[in-house]
Amino acid sequence: MTSTVTSASDIAAKSSGQNLRFYGVWVVAAIALVALPLIFSSGGSLTSFSLIGIAIIFALSYNILLGETGLLSFGHAVHYGLGGFAAVHLMNAVTAHGWPIPLPLIPLVGGIGGLGLALLIGWVMTRRAGTVFAMISLGIGELVASSSLILRSVFGGESGISTDRTALPHIFGWTFGPQIQVYYLIAFWVLVSAIAMCALTRTPLGRICNAVRDNPGRVEFIGYDPHVVRYLAYCFAGFFAGIAGGLAAINFEIANSAYLGAVQSGMVLFATFIGGASYFFGPILGAILVTYLQLGLTSVTSVWQLYFGIIFIGIVMFAPGGIAGLLMMHRPLIRARTLGMVIPSYLVAALPTLALACGVILVIETVARYATGGGEGSIVRLFGIPFNTTAPATWGTAAVLVVGGFIVARITWRRITEAWDRAASIARDRGYLA
Amino acid sequence: MLKMTRVIAVALPMLSGAAYAQDTVKIGYIDPLSGGGASVGEGGLKTFQYLADELNAKGGILGHKVEIIPLDNKTNPQESLIQAQKAIDAGAHYITQGNGSSVGAALEDFVTKHNTRNPGKEVLYFNYAAVDPSMTNEKCSFWHFRWDANSDIKMEALTSYMKGNAAIKKVYLINQDYSFGQSVRTQARKMLGEKRPDVQIVGDELHPLLKITDFSPYIAKIKASGADSVVTGNWGQDFALLLKAAADAGLKVNWYTYYAGGAGGPTAVKQTNLDHQVFQISEGIPNSGNEAAMEFEKAFRAKVGLSLWYPRAVNEMRMFKAAAEKANSIDPVKVAAALEDLKFDVLDGGSGVMRKDDHQFFQPIYISSFGSRSEKEPFDEENTGWGWRLVAKIDTPQTMLPTTCKMKRP
Amino acid sequence: MLELIVISTLNGVLFGMLLFLLSSGLTVIFSMMGVLNFAHASFYMLGAFFGYQLTKWIGFWPALVLAPLLVAAVGMAVERYGLRNTHKHGHVAELLLTFGLAFAIEEIVSMIWGKSPVDYRVPAALDFPALTVFSTNYPAYKIFMLAISALIFVALLIALKRTRVGLIVQAALTHPHMVGHLGHNVGQVFMLVFGVGSALAGLAGVIAGPALVTQSDMAALLGPILFVVIVFGGLGSLPGAFIASLFIGLVQTFAVALNGSLASAFGPLDPSIGPSVLTDIWNVTIAQIAPVLPYVLLVFILIVRPMGLLGTRET
Repeated sequence: MTSTVTSASDIAAKSSGQNLRFYGVWVVAAIALVALPLIFSSGGSLTSFSLIGIAIIFALSYNILLGETGLLSFGHAVHYGLGGFAAVHLMNAVTAHGWPIPLPLIPLVGGIGGLGLALLIGWVMTRRAGTVFAMISLGIGELVASSSLILRSVFGGESGISTDRTALPHIFGWTFGPQIQVYYLIAFWVLVSAIAMCALTRTPLGRICNAVRDNPGRVEFIGYDPHVVRYLAYCFAGFFAGIAGGLAAINFEIANSAYLGAVQSGMVLFATFIGGASYFFGPILGAILVTYLQLGLTSVTSVWQLYFGIIFIGIVMFAPGGIAGLLMMHRPLIRARTLGMVIPSYLVAALPTLALACGVILVIETVARYATGGGEGSIVRLFGIPFNTTAPATWGTAAVLVVGGFIVARITWRRITEAWDRAASIARDRGYLA
Repeated sequence: MLKMTRVIAVALPMLSGAAYAQDTVKIGYIDPLSGGGASVGEGGLKTFQYLADELNAKGGILGHKVEIIPLDNKTNPQESLIQAQKAIDAGAHYITQGNGSSVGAALEDFVTKHNTRNPGKEVLYFNYAAVDPSMTNEKCSFWHFRWDANSDIKMEALTSYMKGNAAIKKVYLINQDYSFGQSVRTQARKMLGEKRPDVQIVGDELHPLLKITDFSPYIAKIKASGADSVVTGNWGQDFALLLKAAADAGLKVNWYTYYAGGAGGPTAVKQTNLDHQVFQISEGIPNSGNEAAMEFEKAFRAKVGLSLWYPRAVNEMRMFKAAAEKANSIDPVKVAAALEDLKFDVLDGGSGVMRKDDHQFFQPIYISSFGSRSEKEPFDEENTGWGWRLVAKIDTPQTMLPTTCKMKRP
Repeated sequence: MLELIVISTLNGVLFGMLLFLLSSGLTVIFSMMGVLNFAHASFYMLGAFFGYQLTKWIGFWPALVLAPLLVAAVGMAVERYGLRNTHKHGHVAELLLTFGLAFAIEEIVSMIWGKSPVDYRVPAALDFPALTVFSTNYPAYKIFMLAISALIFVALLIALKRTRVGLIVQAALTHPHMVGHLGHNVGQVFMLVFGVGSALAGLAGVIAGPALVTQSDMAALLGPILFVVIVFGGLGSLPGAFIASLFIGLVQTFAVALNGSLASAFGPLDPSIGPSVLTDIWNVTIAQIAPVLPYVLLVFILIVRPMGLLGTRET
C-alpha cells in the first residue's frame, strides 16, 4: 500500500508545473504509434500491434477499478464483450439500413454498450468493496458468459455474430479492409482513450477514487458517499472496456462468447497486475508484455500457461508493484544520483539468475517433452543447443543450472538488497525518498 | 509436437516479414495444442505430419515438398484468426482446422474476407472436422472445403440405419447445448419423424456444454422414460461422464453416438463394460475389412502410436494432391476449381465426391459398435483390448442431402 | 414422479456432500486468513492425480491415506514459502498468488499426466451395486463417498468444538487478531489450517476421481462453484458451508430433473413474433440453466445478505 500512497502524492506534486512534459509524452506516443507500422510492416506484426493496442485500452480501463479505486474484479470482460456485441450489431444495422455512420465512430458505440451494462449492474455491485465485490463480479461474469449461450438471438450462440467492416460508409477513401488502416484506427482510439483515462486520474473524481481505495471511512466523513464514487469509477471502467471490445470486434469482424468469458477477465487481471497497478503506465507495459507473450510463447512452447503462472507468481511474490513499480523504485535513486551504487550488484546477479532461469526452462521443457511421449521429436533446443530429453546429461545440466544457479543467485540477491539499502539511505539523506 | 523449441529465442517471432522459398507447399494446421483440447489437437497434428511425410516420400505434390505448420489456437475463434494470419505470413496458402464449429465458422468467414481483399494471395481452408451444417449451407464459401460428413449427413445415415432396425422403439435424445448439439437434436426429430414415425421420442435433453460434473440426474430421467436407445452428439468429458453415470445406475440402453471414438472415449466405454452397446457414426473404422485401409492403419499405428482418428484427413491430403495434379498447379484458385466435383476413392473403400454446389465431401458412412473383438478385427483402441465392429455401411448416394448454399464464385 | 424425487434427492445429497468436502477446507482457510484460495480446486485435482498414481503403485486404500497427506504437504509449502511472504502486500496479492498457482498447477498436472482423462477406477472391493432404488442401482462406491463425507463433517465438528486446537481455530475465525495477542503462534496455526484444508481437498479428489473424470481441467470445472458455496453459506461458518453445499447440490440436481420452461407453463409464443430475446427466454428449460443457478444464488445472496446464510461478519 505504501507505493500507491507515494504515487498519489507523486502525481499531486508533479501536476502543478509539468503540463508541458505531460503533452510532450503524448506527442511522442502519437509519433511512435504512427511510425511503428512503417518499421515493421508484415501482416503479422500489424495484427500484433492492433491486438496490443486493444489490450492497452482494456488494461487501462481495468486499472480504473483495480489501481485507482481498489476494486478487484473477476468479471471485467463482460463490459469488453458487451461493447464488442454492441459494435457488431450496430455495424450490421448500419450495413442493412445504409445509415451514414462511418467505422471510426463504432468503438464509441462499443463504449456505450459497456457503459450501459455498467450503469445497469454497477449500482448493486459497488455497494461493497473488497471480497464481496470480487465475488459478485465473479458471479456476474459467469452469469453473463452463460447467458450469452442461451440468448442466441443477441449473442449468436457459440459461433457468435460476424460482420463486415468494409461494408460501412467509407471516409477519406479508407475502406478499412487492409489491416494497416485498422491499425491506425486502433492507434487513434488508443491515444484518445489513454489521454482521457490519464486525464480522469487527475480530476477530483480520480483523486476521490484514490481516497476511497485507501480509506473509505474518511471519505465518508468528508461528505462523499464511497458507493457513488465506486459506481462512477465502475461506469468509466465499463465505458472504456466497451471501447476496447468495440475495437476488437472491428479487428476480428466477429463477436462471440469468448469475449465475455473468464479467460478474458483473467488475462486483463494478469496484464494489469504484471504491469503494475499503482502507476498509470503500468497496465500499458503489462498489456504489451502479456499480449506479446501470448502471441510469442504459444508458438515456441506448448506449456506457455505454466510460464504465465510462474511469471505471475514471481511478480506477486517479489515485485508486487509490477514492472512499473520496479522501474519507479529507481526514480529517487536516479534523482539522488546513487543509482550507480546498485548497478554493479545487478550485473553480478544477472548471470546466476539467468542460469537459474535457463535451468528452470530446461527442466520444464524436458519434462514436457518427456511426458508427452518421447519418440524422435524429443529434442529440446535452448540457445540452439540441442538437449536430448532422455539423456542423463540433459537432466544433469538442468539440475546443476537450477541448484547451482539458485545458491549463487541467492547470495547475489542479498548483495543487491544491501547495495539497495545503502543507496536508498543516501537518497533519503538527500531528501529524494520518503 | 513442435520439433524446434527455441525457448529463449522468442525474440520477435511475429515481427519479421521474410521471403520464403516458393517450392514448398505450406499448410497451416490451426488447432488446440495447449489447454483442454490439446490431446485431440496433438493427435490431429501427428496425423497430418504423417500424411505429409507420406506424400513427401512419394515426391510431394507436383514435386513440391509438403510442410505442416503447427499453430495453436486454444480452441478460441479470435486466436484462430491470429494464427491464420501467422500462417499466411509464413507463406501458407492452405490452412486446415477441425476442432470446434465456432472456430470453423470464424475461419471460413476470415478466409472469404481475406481472399476478396487480397486478390492474388488467396488462401484455401480445408476443414477436416468442424461439422456445423451451416458452413456448407447458408454460410457456405467458395474457399472452404469440408471432408468430414456434416452432422446432418451423419444423422441421415444413422436414421437410415434405424429405419431397418425394428428393435428401436423409444429414443431419448441428450445433447450439448450449443449449435452442434442442437442440430443433432432437431435433425434427429425431423428425420426420425420421416423415416420411422412409429418411433417414440421419449426425451429431448440439452445440457450445458462441458459444465456437468455428475450426469446421474440425467440418467435418472432417461431411466424413468423407458427409452431403449439414446442418441447423443456428446464428446469429450460430457460423453465419458454420461456413460459412467449410466453404468453406475445400471442403465441398459443402446447408445448411438457421434464421437465415442474420440480421445478418451474408448477408455470410458471399456470402464463401463458396455459391450457392443455403444455405436458410432463415422466415415471409416480401423476394422473395416478393407485391406489397403488396414495396412495403412497398421503402419500409422506403428509410427505414430495412435489409432487413426481421422480417415478423412487421409482423404483430404490425398485429394489435395489429386486436385493439384489435375490442375497441374499449386495455385489455390486452380486447386479449388479442380477440387470441385472431384471423384475420389476414399481410404476405407468406395467412392466419394466433393460436391460443387457446397464444397461438402460425400462418402460412405459406417455405423460401428465398440466391444470385444473377433479374429477378423485386429485393432483395439487406447489399449483397452476392445475394438470397433462394423455394423452397417451406408453408401454415398444415400447420404446426399440437399443444400441451401448459394455459392459466390470469384 | 416419486421415483424421480427420491433419486434426485439422493443424487443431490451426494453431489452436495462432495461440495462440502471441498468447501469445508476452503471456508476455514478463507475465514482465518482472509485468503480466497483460488488454488483450492487445484489441490482437489492434485489429490485425484496423486490418488490415481498411488493406486497404481500401492493400491487404493493406502492411497486414500497417503494422497491427502501429500497434498497437505504441498499446501503447507505453499503457505510457508508463498503466502506468508506475500501477506505483507495485502489480501489482493495473496489472492493473486493463488490465482497464478492455479494456472501453474493445472499446467504441471497436464505436463506429467497428459491432457486426456486417466484411467482411475473404482476399487474392486467397492465395485458392485449396493442397493436398488426404484430399479436404479446405487453403486457401493457412491455410498462410500457419502459415508466418508459424513464422517469428515462429524470429525471436523468435533475437532473444532472439542479440542484445544479447534478452539484456537474457532477463535481465529472470528477474532484473528485477538488470538495473536493471546500469544498463540498464529503462523503455525495458519500453516496447519492450510495443510488440513488442502488435505480435505485432496481427500475429495482421491474419492471423487474414480466417480467423476480425472482430467487436468477438473479443477477449472469445479473451482468457481466452491466460492459460491462458501460465500452463500457464510464466511467462517462450517454449518453454513454444509447447508449451502447440500442446498446447491439439490438445486442443481432438481433443476436438471425438471423440464419446465416458460413455454411449457404458458404455452408457446405466437410464432409471428419471430426469434428474439423473448423467444430465447421463453423456450429455455430449467434443466438448461441448471449450472447457472448457483451464480444467480450467489449474486442474489450477496445483494440481499452480504454475510451469507449463517455468516457473522463481512470481509
